[in-house]
Amino acid sequence: MSLLSVRGLDKRFGGVHAVRDLSFDVHPQTIKALIGPNGAGKSTVFNLLTGFERPDAGSATFEGIDLTGRPPHETVRMGLARTFQESRLFDTMTVEENVLVGMHLRLSASFGLAAIRSPRVRREEREAREEAAHVMRLVGIDRYRDTRASDLPHGVRRLVELARALATRPRLLMLDEPAAGLDGRETADLGEVLLRVRDAGTAILVVEHDMGLVMGISDEVVVVDQGRKIAEGPPLIIQKDPAVLEAYLGEVSDGA
Amino acid sequence: MPIWNPEYETMAREDLRELQLRRLQTTVAWVYERVPYYREQLQARGVHPKDIRSLDDVRLLPFTDKTALRDTYPFGMFAVPLEEVVRVHSSSGTTGKPIVVGYTRGDLNTWTELTARIASAAGVTAKDRVQMAFLYSMFTGGWGMHYGIERIGATVFPAGAGNTERHLMMMQDFGTTALVCTPSYALYIAEVAEQQGIDVRSLPLRVGLFGGEPSGEGMREEIERRLGILATDNYGLSEVMGPGVSGECEHQCGLHVAEDHFLFEVVDPETGEPVGEGEEGELVITTLTKEAFPVIRYRTHDLTSIDTSPCACGRTSARMRKVRARTDDMLIIRGVNVFPSQIEDALMQIEGVEPHYLIVVNRDGPMDDLEVRIEVAEAIFSDTMADLVGFTRKVAEKIYSVVGLHAKVTLVEPGTIERTAGKAKRVIDNRRVE
Repeated sequence: MSLLSVRGLDKRFGGVHAVRDLSFDVHPQTIKALIGPNGAGKSTVFNLLTGFERPDAGSATFEGIDLTGRPPHETVRMGLARTFQESRLFDTMTVEENVLVGMHLRLSASFGLAAIRSPRVRREEREAREEAAHVMRLVGIDRYRDTRASDLPHGVRRLVELARALATRPRLLMLDEPAAGLDGRETADLGEVLLRVRDAGTAILVVEHDMGLVMGISDEVVVVDQGRKIAEGPPLIIQKDPAVLEAYLGEVSDGA
Repeated sequence: MPIWNPEYETMAREDLRELQLRRLQTTVAWVYERVPYYREQLQARGVHPKDIRSLDDVRLLPFTDKTALRDTYPFGMFAVPLEEVVRVHSSSGTTGKPIVVGYTRGDLNTWTELTARIASAAGVTAKDRVQMAFLYSMFTGGWGMHYGIERIGATVFPAGAGNTERHLMMMQDFGTTALVCTPSYALYIAEVAEQQGIDVRSLPLRVGLFGGEPSGEGMREEIERRLGILATDNYGLSEVMGPGVSGECEHQCGLHVAEDHFLFEVVDPETGEPVGEGEEGELVITTLTKEAFPVIRYRTHDLTSIDTSPCACGRTSARMRKVRARTDDMLIIRGVNVFPSQIEDALMQIEGVEPHYLIVVNRDGPMDDLEVRIEVAEAIFSDTMADLVGFTRKVAEKIYSVVGLHAKVTLVEPGTIERTAGKAKRVIDNRRVE
């Protein structure tokens, strides 16, 4: 029914109940944000959905198929892509080459064997470059096509990672704190890019700390605290929810 | 039939009430901070958002009526700046200034979720081919249902209202399985099909989602018989959201209310005091998650009753009885809201029209029929036939420009419309809504 359906997800680490009976949905062409104070369990949820951890109970189905415990190369083939908090770009490669690497995950013929240059390989390579160009335009980095990744500003590197994930043609993109380390301008640019990506047909699940970004782009928000869903709803009004205020108030006083 | 969102639609009633209270507190804090009209109303009563400690405390809040929404035209009741509003709709069939409503990105997502629930409850799935015969305009009907049905993954044909022959052609050629429109238009489609010798009952069409106007069980049975479908009723109003507020499941035993997004009260229309469960009263709605256009205790003027007993479908939500009558004189004709005073205003702008008129609404055939009988000065009748026809047309055009409906205008001699001692009888509604 929904694109991603999370039902009763549960995870303990020793005595810590990191995720408790968590359920939510992500629908096609929507942006859903998962937010919560520090230590709320957001990263654990992300790791459960991307196969880095196995849940103790519950399921996460993507178009009806359970994702939990599946290795990334399988979930990518199913139409799911992710980005990481830390950069995973190849610094000596150009932007285009980095994007082509992302695409490589779903191509049958390898560029490594391109020396043979059969007509089929050449056609695939041409199509791959066309698609890379499309993705680079979508995220607004086409002018950096031939720039080496090591020469890029931080905000652009983040967009290249996004482009590389999109090159796998996902129907769902999962982003782990995409605004971390970005300045206000770069965060705003990222927001616009994410809205374009959504409009182009890819749903997004974003775990994010930057409330400005969350409020500006989300169709719906899930708020977790101590591993539990405490609120779910539209992004602006949810900031007035007493349970949400209390959770974040706790964070403020803990930090003080 | 599938339940679109089991988590919320089958939530234990105790948990649901807890969720409603938290969302009510959220909404009251939201409007207090952002909508001057509501803040003034609350302050005048010495009520602060913190005073809402139980669901019954909703009664501390003032009622809101249409006038308040109209007086703040166009955007005065919006709780967010226009940059955060991604869509604007307005109420139907009003003269001059309509009620303008706005939606944030989040509101559109909620709306889509709620119409998806209603379409699912009626039995629509990703395999269905859904033909939309609602108007796509500033009116909320078409757009609201459209996106919910798309979210389910069904195939949508956004044909819009009117051009019945084309609708029938599509139904046959595209293999339409579900129809979305007003109940009266569904009957009109049936009539045209019969005239053209098309047997709709032998087509793949199997379910209808009908809303936008009150209709009774008799009409449902007629639609089901003539189109050979399951006919479900759904309810909504632009001021609150549009379609998606409530809708029937396949058991057709009342309309399931989206209680996680709306707080319903049923009150005595005279005193404003709550009536008991199952008793008829006026429906009053408070939105619980709306961002751009929240409403507090909105008087719908629709008469209904509430039933919280369990439904065979498994949903735990309360069900409202089909709306069959209203507390005010508003008429809903072919899905358009019409107040007699609007027609009166139109008539009074025409020279030669006496202040005596009668509005007659018939449903002889399947479609509502609006007739306006007016007394005209003697002088008019001394004119030639051609002048009379021209005058009649002028009156009809004036009415159309105000209410957006084509009326049949009948001129009568002075003194022929019955006078009454008390309040003048201006409307005869011959439609039987049983």
